[in-house]
Amino acid sequence: MIIAENISKSYQENQALKSVSFNINDGELFGFIGPDGAGKTSLFRIIASLLLPDCGSLKVFDYDVVKQYREIRQITGYMPGRFSLYTDLSVEENLDFFASVFGTTLKENYELIKDIYIQIEPFKDRLAGKLSGGMKQKLALSCALIHRPRILILDEPTTGVDAVSRKEFWELLDGLKARGITIIVSTPYMDEALLCDRVALIQEGNILSVDSPGNIIKNYNKKVYSIGSDNNYRLLTDLRAYPTVLHAFAFGQYLHYTDSNPELNINDLGTYLESRNHSNISLQVIEPGIEDIFIDLMETVKVN
Amino acid sequence: MNRFKAFVIKEFRHLIRDPRTVFVLFAIPVIQLLLFGFVISTEIKDAKIAILDFSRDDLSEGLVNKILASDYFILETELSNINQIEQAFRSGQVKEVLVIENNFGRNIVHDGAGAVQIITDASDPNIASLLDSYTRNIILDYQQEISNKTQAASTIIDVEYRMFYNEELKSAHLFVPGTMALILMLVCALMTSVSIAREKELGTMEILLVSPLRPLQIVLGKVVPYMVLSFIDMLVIIVIGHFVFGVPVRGATSLLIGTGTLFILLALTLGVMISTISKTQQIAMMISLVGMMLPTVLLSGFIFPLKNMPVVLQAVSLAMPPRWFLQAVKDVMLKGAGIAQIWHYLAIMFGMLLFFIMVSVKKFKIRLD
Amino acid sequence: MAELQTRTEPVITVKNMVKKFGGFVANDNLNFEVFKGEIFGFLGANGAGKTTAIKILSGLSIPTSGEIKVAGFDVYTQTELIKRNIGYMSQKFSLYEDLTIKENFRFYAGVYRVPQKEIMPRMMDALAEVGLIKYKDRLISDLPLGWKQKLAFSIATFHNPGIVFLDEPTSGVDPVARRNFWEQIFKTVQKGTTVFVTTHYMDEAEYCNRVSIMDKGKIVALNSPNMLKAAYKVDNMFDLFLKIVR
Repeated sequence: MIIAENISKSYQENQALKSVSFNINDGELFGFIGPDGAGKTSLFRIIASLLLPDCGSLKVFDYDVVKQYREIRQITGYMPGRFSLYTDLSVEENLDFFASVFGTTLKENYELIKDIYIQIEPFKDRLAGKLSGGMKQKLALSCALIHRPRILILDEPTTGVDAVSRKEFWELLDGLKARGITIIVSTPYMDEALLCDRVALIQEGNILSVDSPGNIIKNYNKKVYSIGSDNNYRLLTDLRAYPTVLHAFAFGQYLHYTDSNPELNINDLGTYLESRNHSNISLQVIEPGIEDIFIDLMETVKVN
Repeated sequence: MNRFKAFVIKEFRHLIRDPRTVFVLFAIPVIQLLLFGFVISTEIKDAKIAILDFSRDDLSEGLVNKILASDYFILETELSNINQIEQAFRSGQVKEVLVIENNFGRNIVHDGAGAVQIITDASDPNIASLLDSYTRNIILDYQQEISNKTQAASTIIDVEYRMFYNEELKSAHLFVPGTMALILMLVCALMTSVSIAREKELGTMEILLVSPLRPLQIVLGKVVPYMVLSFIDMLVIIVIGHFVFGVPVRGATSLLIGTGTLFILLALTLGVMISTISKTQQIAMMISLVGMMLPTVLLSGFIFPLKNMPVVLQAVSLAMPPRWFLQAVKDVMLKGAGIAQIWHYLAIMFGMLLFFIMVSVKKFKIRLD
Repeated sequence: MAELQTRTEPVITVKNMVKKFGGFVANDNLNFEVFKGEIFGFLGANGAGKTTAIKILSGLSIPTSGEIKVAGFDVYTQTELIKRNIGYMSQKFSLYEDLTIKENFRFYAGVYRVPQKEIMPRMMDALAEVGLIKYKDRLISDLPLGWKQKLAFSIATFHNPGIVFLDEPTSGVDPVARRNFWEQIFKTVQKGTTVFVTTHYMDEAEYCNRVSIMDKGKIVALNSPNMLKAAYKVDNMFDLFLKIVR
């Protein structure tokens, strides 16, 4: 159980975390979803006892991050945002080193990291600096796991990683979760929220919402329209000019549109678009995604 | 302990993976010594000497012949009384005068001991000191020869050394202790601070900090490899200085090595201290170079004599660890000082060491900032 | 975003491009054209060879073999001309953090020899477009990531290059800023600029007129997003990517 109460952290004038509170349950896969600069890295460093909060309290399995950092460091596996292993040491040497540092051996915990390590084992004599991005990330995860941590803290493990490697990485996390490890992960990719048990949407040092992705979507009470036409760029401009528009953004092949009027008649909107000479208009209400909700929360915060 | 061992092994691996750095660390002292050394020793081929032999017996003539038979010396003139010595030097031709006592041969045969005096023109201290040590080596050889010939239990030729014009020997042979100070600073302070800063730059420090490794283990683990390297460097410098250039080690070798080790520790803690205040390798390097190397060269008495400096700089030099190291090493190597004569230099260095350790441990953070 | 109405003339032509590093083939016989005014998505897994190809096309690296022209210039002999006629923006953004917005503009204007008296009015136009005029004297380091990225794009296109290369330009920025950025791209394309872009966000792949997908040094698919989705019978680019690369 991780309990954070009113955690704040500032760097000079810049307030990275603004009185953030949340709970993370044992064995949970908990995601912090938000863009760069939202405060995720600061928060993770505080959880890992690497950074002192300006105020507030944070307990990791009943250990206080300020006073009992030594205990926390024993049970924590931490993977920083950028690749932080020794590039001039081989895969195996890196693993051996981190194993010894935690007073264990690769052999002793081979079974735990097997699923991950097996993919890089053929390259165990290669220098870590010469691995591809996906393999580096797997090595970093293996190193973070080598001492059987009870809690795994992964700071943006998938940033800059291609879609396939990202998917594979999340499959690995699922396997670790099944072994009862509490996993805290941050990501700027909104679609990855769905893979977490619960998520905190975080933006500019504030937590916008904490819940399971399913509940976040269920409790969202605005309608999202997916709209497309032959010229989406002009369509975007026209939608933003619609009198009751809340916001309109491109979402891949279609645009997602939210109206300030909950009773909006979809036909009125269709008629408007036809009057603006759009052809091949497709217009339907869809179930919102986390990214829709995130954008809406961001825009709401901005207005306030 | 296992943790610490793993850490040290890792550090050695970093070193092995970067053979260029290691090469440079060994090449620099050797090259620097050779440069200094050869610049000086090229001047002493065929040095002109004068001989004042009060004894003029077989043994004294044997010694004179042996000295003249070496590559280094040419007899300029033979003197007949002491008053001629200064005159000989004044002429500017003679670099060294060898004085052999009255009844040299008889004293050796009867008492097993004879005495000679080497007097050099120390206005060029490097040359003076080299000539002295060459002459001494020849005399030592000769002493051995006589021992074998006479089958006496032991024969001692007592050598007294005097210098004209520069009796304190301001900079002769200083290049060995000087190079030692410079290299040890480079290896210890610079390399240690850079290697710790590198962990910060790469982000690996974050992982080390969240591990159960204690700060002291991290610091010591960083320090050990460079301690080994610099210890080897120190030995290399002493050996080359002594055997290639004939720089004497008049005091106890153990004292010399002990002094060097103290300085190595001092420089290492300096390096650790620098690393606690530098976030990147570049900053660490800048601070080490500007803050350590320049004072070592300029303010320690290595190149510029301290006495000629403005008072302010002299005061600043008091805070420079290499200054005390140079003083101590110079006294041990060149003057044959024992611990009784240099203990206060050692005490100052030890005090500095304690101070730097305290500051480093205090400043080394268990967290990021 | 919109199907390119008519095929215009190609501004990048790549024929049999090969780049080897020792025994490793980073680009294995690539063939494609990029047309004037299109948004060309250059997708692929990490290590598939995208960065290598972009380096060649932007005149930073010489290919092992092949016939490649960018903006009408040869990548072997006319790299300087290529560099003058393209814009480039990478994920790391090329802004000087310790200079102000204005100083950054002035610097790049100087590098690309924008005439002195045009610099200020053009900078004001560019800043008006991204809504940052009043911040022109702020240091870059004080700006949020989304702004930096918009500015980096403005600067990359400040000398009106015919082609602009964007290497993972939206990595890590928030969802609104990401979309604002793409709107900036759409505007630029309207002026006839060609955009060559890489991304790991598969929704962004949909905004491209055409995308190519690289795998292990080869281009394994190249068409408009809709055609590709139809051909591989998938609903979205994410599934397409998984299907092709996995």
